[in-house]
Amino acid sequence: MKNPERDWLKKRLMNTAIIILAAFALLLLRFVYLQVVEGDEYRRLSKNNCIRLQSIPAPRGMIYDRNGTLLVDNIPSFDLKITLQDADPLNDTIDKLADFTSIPIEELMERVDAGKRVSIYKPLLLKRNITRDQLAVVEAHGFDLPGVKVDVEPMRNYIYKKSAAHVIGYLGEVNLQEIENNTYTDVRAGDSIGRYGAEKAFEDILRGKRGGRQIEVDASGRLVRVINTVEPIPGKNILLTIDATLQQKTEEIMEQYTGAVVAIDPSNGDVLTMVSSPSFDLNDFIGGISSEKWKALISNPDKPMANKAIQGEYPPASTYKIITAIAALEDGVVDINTTHFCPGFYKYGNREYRCWKKSGHGRVNIIKALEKSCDVYFYKVGESLGVDTLAKYAVGSGLGKLTQIELANERPGLVPTAAWKKRRFGTPWQGGETLSIAIGQGFNLATPLQMAVLISAVGNNGTIYRPRILKSIQDYNEPIDVSKNLHSEILGGLPASNQTLKLVKEGLLNVVESEGGTARLVRIKGVDIAGKTGTAQVFSLKKSDRDSKRKFARHLRDHAWFVCYAPAQSPMIAVATIIEHGEHGSTAAAPVASEVIRTWLELKGIIPKAQ
Amino acid sequence: MMFGTVTVFDRRLIENFDWGLMSITSMIGLLGLGVLYSAVNAGDPGGAMHALFQKQIIWIAGSFVIVLVSISIPYKLFDRGSFIFYIICIGLLVAVLLFGKHVAGARRWLALGPITMQPSELMKLSLIFALASVYSNTVSESGIPFRHLIKPALLLLLPFTLIALQPDLGTALLLLFIAASMTLFVKVKKSVFFSCVIAALSAVPIAWMFLLKDYQKGRVLTFLNPDRDPLGAGYHIIQSKIAIGSGMVSGKGFLKGTQNALAFLPEQHTDFILSVLAEEWGLIGCCVLLFLYFMLLLWGLNISYCCRDMFGSILAFGVTIMIFWQIFINIGMVMGLMPVVGVPLPLVSYGGSSVVTNMIGIGVLLNISMRRFVMV
Repeated sequence: MKNPERDWLKKRLMNTAIIILAAFALLLLRFVYLQVVEGDEYRRLSKNNCIRLQSIPAPRGMIYDRNGTLLVDNIPSFDLKITLQDADPLNDTIDKLADFTSIPIEELMERVDAGKRVSIYKPLLLKRNITRDQLAVVEAHGFDLPGVKVDVEPMRNYIYKKSAAHVIGYLGEVNLQEIENNTYTDVRAGDSIGRYGAEKAFEDILRGKRGGRQIEVDASGRLVRVINTVEPIPGKNILLTIDATLQQKTEEIMEQYTGAVVAIDPSNGDVLTMVSSPSFDLNDFIGGISSEKWKALISNPDKPMANKAIQGEYPPASTYKIITAIAALEDGVVDINTTHFCPGFYKYGNREYRCWKKSGHGRVNIIKALEKSCDVYFYKVGESLGVDTLAKYAVGSGLGKLTQIELANERPGLVPTAAWKKRRFGTPWQGGETLSIAIGQGFNLATPLQMAVLISAVGNNGTIYRPRILKSIQDYNEPIDVSKNLHSEILGGLPASNQTLKLVKEGLLNVVESEGGTARLVRIKGVDIAGKTGTAQVFSLKKSDRDSKRKFARHLRDHAWFVCYAPAQSPMIAVATIIEHGEHGSTAAAPVASEVIRTWLELKGIIPKAQ
Repeated sequence: MMFGTVTVFDRRLIENFDWGLMSITSMIGLLGLGVLYSAVNAGDPGGAMHALFQKQIIWIAGSFVIVLVSISIPYKLFDRGSFIFYIICIGLLVAVLLFGKHVAGARRWLALGPITMQPSELMKLSLIFALASVYSNTVSESGIPFRHLIKPALLLLLPFTLIALQPDLGTALLLLFIAASMTLFVKVKKSVFFSCVIAALSAVPIAWMFLLKDYQKGRVLTFLNPDRDPLGAGYHIIQSKIAIGSGMVSGKGFLKGTQNALAFLPEQHTDFILSVLAEEWGLIGCCVLLFLYFMLLLWGLNISYCCRDMFGSILAFGVTIMIFWQIFINIGMVMGLMPVVGVPLPLVSYGGSSVVTNMIGIGVLLNISMRRFVMV
C-alpha cells in the first residue's frame, strides 16, 4: 500500500477545515440573529405561547335523495370550549361556568380532567351545541370566564327526523382506539364519524379535509392576528337511491306495524325505499344521545335500532316456493303438465303434513300451485328434489349470503343443508325436514332485502343486481346533477332458464290477478302485479290449536310476507314486505306492498293519481 | 495474520490512546444528556426519571462498550470487511421495506426482538467504509478518472434508492452528501467533476417536468419551503424559532424552557432537541456546543492527516464529514435555514440507532488515531 502524499493530504484537509469553519460561522450568525437581534420579539411570543394552531373543521357532505331532495345538511352548532392554559384560576372559572349555564359541574370537570391529559393549549370541548340562552350568558360574562369561548362549528341536521333513519344513519365521536389505529385519515379526538347507515358506509366520501390557521393570541387567549390559513376542503355530496316521497309514504303505512319494506328498481338494483319499523329520531344522536333515550331504544322489544330490512332474518315461508318451483322445473322433477293431487294434507312417514287449506286444492300443476300456494304440491316436489338440491338453487338465487349492499352489519340469512345440520346439531337430516324447507319453513332464514333482490331478479328475467343505496357522488362546489348514476353491478343470474321463469312468472301473476290467487284483494286498476304471499310460523301449533290461535299473544302470531313486482310485463319496482306477527301475507303484508307500488307508479306517472 | 493482530496490541497502543478525542466526545455526550433530561421531563419537573432518559443512558453506556471492543481490532481489517458489512446493511434495508414498522407513513424501523433499529443509520457508516476501501485503491494525484467512479456511484445508488423508498429523503440526501464529500476529497478529474455537475443540473428540470407527479412536486416544494405547510412543518419551524430566539443570550435556565414544556414540538427530544438547549441555555449554551463540535471535527481531520495509510485517512475523513453534515443539517433545520428532514443531532438527540452509529464512528477515529505510529 502506498503512503499518502503528505502535502497533498494537508492541503485538502485544510480546505475542508475552512469549509467547516465557514459553515459554523453561518450557524453562529443565525444564532446571533435569532437570539440577540430578534430575541426580544421571540421572548415576547414565547411568554404566552402566543402562536397557536386553530383547526377549521371541514363541512361534511350533504345527503340527498334520488331526485336531489335535501335529506341531511349542516347547521351551526355553538360549542362551548375552554383553553386550560388561559383559564386561570381554573376551578373558579369552572364553578362560574356551571353556575351561569346550569351544566352540571361534574360533567364539566370530567371533560377538563380528560383534556388535561391531551393538551392545555388546545381548546377543549366542554359541551356541544349549547342553547341560545347559555350562549348569551357565556358571551355576557366573557371577562369572568378567562379561556372560555364559544366556537361555531357545523353540525348535522336531519331534516326529516325519523324518515329513512336506518338508511341515512348517524354520527358518533371517534374513540381513542380508532385514533391510535389510524382507522380514519385526518381525524382527531373530538371529531365525529359515521356510525350507522350511509353516514358510516360513505364516511370517506362525506368527510372533508380539515383546514386550520396559525394565529397569535394575547395573554388572555384572545386573537390578535391570523398568521396563516389553510382552507378546509368540504366533503363530497351524495345522492341516495331512495325516493324521499316514496320512503315517507311507506313509513306512514308502516307506522302501525313492526317489520320492514324494501323496494328495488329491478332494472339496476337501486333501493327506492327501505323502511324498518319502528324507527328512531336521527336528531337524538347529534352531539351524543342521552343515556335515557339510548336505554329506551335498546330495551324496546321491537328493536328500533335494528335495520330489519338487512338484519331481520325470518323464515321466508311460502315466498320460498319461488325457489322450490325454479328448482323443480330446472331439475326436471316437474314440467307444466305435471300435476299433484292435494287433499289438504300429505302423509309422510307416520306424520301428516298439512296444507294451509284444510279442504285441499284438488289437482294442481305448477302454475296453480304457486297461485294458490298449495303446500302439498311443494311437499311432493321438495321430497323429490332433496334438501341439498334445494339449497343449491336457493344459494344460486342469492339466499344464505350477503346481498353486498353498502350498509354495514347485513345478515346473511340461512340456507340449510344436510352437512350444515350435521355440523350444527350433530344429527343427520330427516326426510320430513325437507318438506318444511320446500315451503320455506324449518331452518330457512332470509332477510327482506334478499327476498327483494330475488323477486326483482324474477321480474327482470333473471339478472341479480347488487342492491345499492348510493346513486352518485357529487363535488361540493358543483350544482346537484340528478342524471348522474354510478354503474350498477351485476352479481350473477338466477339459476333458471327463460322457459322456467316464464312459468314461475305466470304463477306469480295469477297470485294477484287471477280469481283464485292468494293476493287477489290488492289489485291496482290499470297495472298487473305479480307476487307471492307468505305466512311464517313463529310458533309451532298443534292441530287442535290452529283454529283458535287468535287467542294467542301477539308475539306468538305468524309473520306476514309479500314479495312482488309491477307492472308484471316490464317491472319498474319490486317490493318485499314483512309484517312481524301480521298473521297472513295476503291480508297484512300484501296491502302494504300494493300501496308502495301504487305510490311509485303514481309518482312515475304510469297510473293517474288517486282522488 | 493472527500473529500480527496479537503483536499490534502492545503497550504503545494504550499509551497512544486518544484521550483528547475521548474527552471532547464525553463532554458533548454529557451536555446532550443534560438537555435530553430537560426535554423529556418538560412540564413535569420533579417527576421520576423518564424512561426515555434511562434508555438513552443505556444506549450511550452500551456504545462505549462497543467502542472499547472495536478499537482492539486493527482498522486495517475493516478494509477487507467493508464489503460484508455493506451487504449486511443492504439486506437490512431490504428487510425494512418488506417487514418494517409503519410509523407516520414511512417504514424506517426494523424490530429485532425487544429493540427496534433504523438500518439507514448503520448504512451511513457502511457506505463510508466501502467508499474508503474503493478510493484508497484508486486515488491518484491527478484525480480519479470517470471509469473509476462507476463502482462508487453504484455503491451509493443502491442504498440511496432503498432509503428514498421508505421514504426517508433526509437520510438519503445525507448519504449523497457524504459520498459526494468523500469523492471530492479524494479528487476527481476536472472534466469529470464539471460533467457531473452539468448532468445533475440538467437532470433536475427533466425530472420535474416529466417524472414527478403533481402531489410529489407538492411534497418536494413543502420540503424545500415549510411555509407551504403552515399546520405541519411550517408550524414546527415557527415554534422552534420562537424557542431558540426566546432563549436570548443567557437562556431561561435549566428546566425553565416554556416552549419546551408545552410539547409544541413533536420531536423535541429527537430532531428538535437543539431548540431545548437554545431556549434554556441561550446563545452561550449554543456557542459552547458549536465550539465542542468544531473541536471534534478538527480533531477528526487531524487524525486523518496523521494516519499513515490511504484507507485510514479516507476513512477518518469520511467519519468526520458524516458527523459534520448531520450537525449542519440538523442545526440549519431547527433554525429554519434548511428543509425539515429527519436528521438527528449527533451524540445529543435521543435515539439508539443514531447514538450507536455516531459512537462507532468515534470508535473508528480512536482506532485510527491510536495506531498512527504503528508500522504498517
